[in-house]
Amino acid sequence: MKQQQKIFVFLAAAVGLLVLPLVLQSFGNAWVRIADMSLLFVLLSLGLNIVVGYAGLLDLGYVAFFAIGAYTFGLLSSPHLTDTFPALAASFPDGLHTPLWVIVPLAAGIAGLFGAILGAPTLRLRGDYLAIVTLGFGEIIRVFLNNLDQPFNITNGPKGISQIDSLHFFGLNLGKKLVIGSYEVASVSLYYYLFLTLVVVSVVICHRLELSRVGRAWMAIREDEIAAKAMGINTRNLKLLAFAMGATFGGISGAMFASFQGFISPESFSLMESVMIVAMVVLGGVGYLPGVILGAILLSALPEVLRYVAGPLQEATGGRLDASILRQFLIALAMISVMLLRPRGLWPAPEHGKSL
Amino acid sequence: MDILLQQIINGLVLGSMYALIALGYTMVYGIINLINFAHGEVMMVGALTSWTIIGLMQESMPGTPGYIILIIALIIACVVAATLNFAIEKIAYRPLRNSPKLAPMLTAMGMSLMLQTLAMIIWKPNYKSYPTLLSNTPIEIGGAVISPTQVMILAFTAVSLSVLMWLVNFTKLGRAMRATSENPRVAALMGVKPDVVISATFIIGAVLAAIAGVMYASNYGTAQHAMGFLPGLKAFTAAVFGGIGNLGGAVVGAILLGLIESIGAGYIGQLTGGVLGSNYSDIFAFIVLIIVLTLRPSGLLGERVADRA
Repeated sequence: MKQQQKIFVFLAAAVGLLVLPLVLQSFGNAWVRIADMSLLFVLLSLGLNIVVGYAGLLDLGYVAFFAIGAYTFGLLSSPHLTDTFPALAASFPDGLHTPLWVIVPLAAGIAGLFGAILGAPTLRLRGDYLAIVTLGFGEIIRVFLNNLDQPFNITNGPKGISQIDSLHFFGLNLGKKLVIGSYEVASVSLYYYLFLTLVVVSVVICHRLELSRVGRAWMAIREDEIAAKAMGINTRNLKLLAFAMGATFGGISGAMFASFQGFISPESFSLMESVMIVAMVVLGGVGYLPGVILGAILLSALPEVLRYVAGPLQEATGGRLDASILRQFLIALAMISVMLLRPRGLWPAPEHGKSL
Repeated sequence: MDILLQQIINGLVLGSMYALIALGYTMVYGIINLINFAHGEVMMVGALTSWTIIGLMQESMPGTPGYIILIIALIIACVVAATLNFAIEKIAYRPLRNSPKLAPMLTAMGMSLMLQTLAMIIWKPNYKSYPTLLSNTPIEIGGAVISPTQVMILAFTAVSLSVLMWLVNFTKLGRAMRATSENPRVAALMGVKPDVVISATFIIGAVLAAIAGVMYASNYGTAQHAMGFLPGLKAFTAAVFGGIGNLGGAVVGAILLGLIESIGAGYIGQLTGGVLGSNYSDIFAFIVLIIVLTLRPSGLLGERVADRA
């Protein structure tokens, strides 16, 4: 009976998730976009959860990997590089359109490499020292993105990169709507299915990781690094692996973000975003997949939805409280009140007595 | 030569402002092991409060000398910031003192965001020009110039630091603070009330931050709701640089950081042949931090390795 109930709930959730964009689509594409962005944030939170939740390494610069993935994608599939370097344009007469199968692994690889680069000097640091160094790393990446328009225009500075290709594979272009018979599926809904697939795959990966030898080693390091070392765990390699693995997730999400938006600028990768992702992981329940997913969806979707109902409030306060201020206010309020009322998160891991 | 001297003066001024903020971070960290991310925002509230007071006073009492207005505004800013920080600790940090480590850190970040948002609502998000209250004529020293505001910053920092050192080293409260940061439970057994000590620490930190805020705003001539963020971050970097929890270390780290930043910004263009400009000055702090912590994980003057984390 219990098993049957489980299967029923699972099937209902699956059908619900599959139908959701088609329902939202009829209310307007903006709603589907909110769902898309939530899924991207779920992906990011799952990645950060590997670093913070499993290995217990507090990373406050996670958005840097997101940025690296996004810029890798943006640079390799937009007219920006060929416009600025005529020599490059000569070798790519049709413009630079790197195929998906090259670019996404590349984005993941570069982000992972940067993760290991960040991890290497910080291996000896713990807790708050690590937090501040990773935060600094995130800022360094952002400052470079902002200023690398001179002397060679690589990142186009604060103006960002636009006209990024939308994803296309197997003859399917996600940038255009898909017409099946008389039914139209909007581009945003196609992205929704792609992101949903990625999230499901990531959840499976994370779940398997959690149960694996590597996952158990990470948790041992999280609980007590010295004891873990004494048990013969190679803490150095495993910490680097955690950083690289988390960064890979960030890189892939970044690539998806770049193609989804079609435009990226350093503004999207501020420290605030890093804090938001940490907040999603911690608010939901650090180290526990359902909690992390819940946190990501709540913090990314709820403020956006509220933005639509903020209109009357804005009028009532004479324009002082506009939508973005209200959104920021609600996020701050959620961070403080959830932590005060449920310090272990909204949906904490049941079996562990200890956490960070 | 005079360029170097000028950069050194600028660096000292910048460093002393960082020092005032860094002390608040390092004292709080030393006692409750919390990175108070909202500390930079306390500085911002101090600056904006003083801006309001100055505006009000210039309107209602024209003709009052600038330095009197500045001192009154400074005092009020200190009181407001101290009350605010006291309240923040009571509401947001105290209930979480024995929770998992990430929880208070996240409330601190939430607090930082909350204060910025509230400041945006109260003071509106635009940049405000901060009036120059002291005379504008620069003083010349050996080819370099220093403005009266900058002299005031150095003087205020020196006085505040002396008072703080006296407070921490020679008073009963100071002894209680040092005991609590060494070991809160044993300190409590010896009759120290940890709650009182922690509140006092937050109040002292806020007063220093408010002074820094007023100085920062007068030095750059602007104030805004987001102004506390970057100085706060750098001050924390300075505190870590010097060895967190160590007051002397925070001051040394902050001054060094100020010097590195201003000299670095002055010379990076020449050093790299114009490839990197002074717009990279913001990342010096972090690069230095990464290098220092790689070589000396407990900071310049820190004794304990960060094992408590």
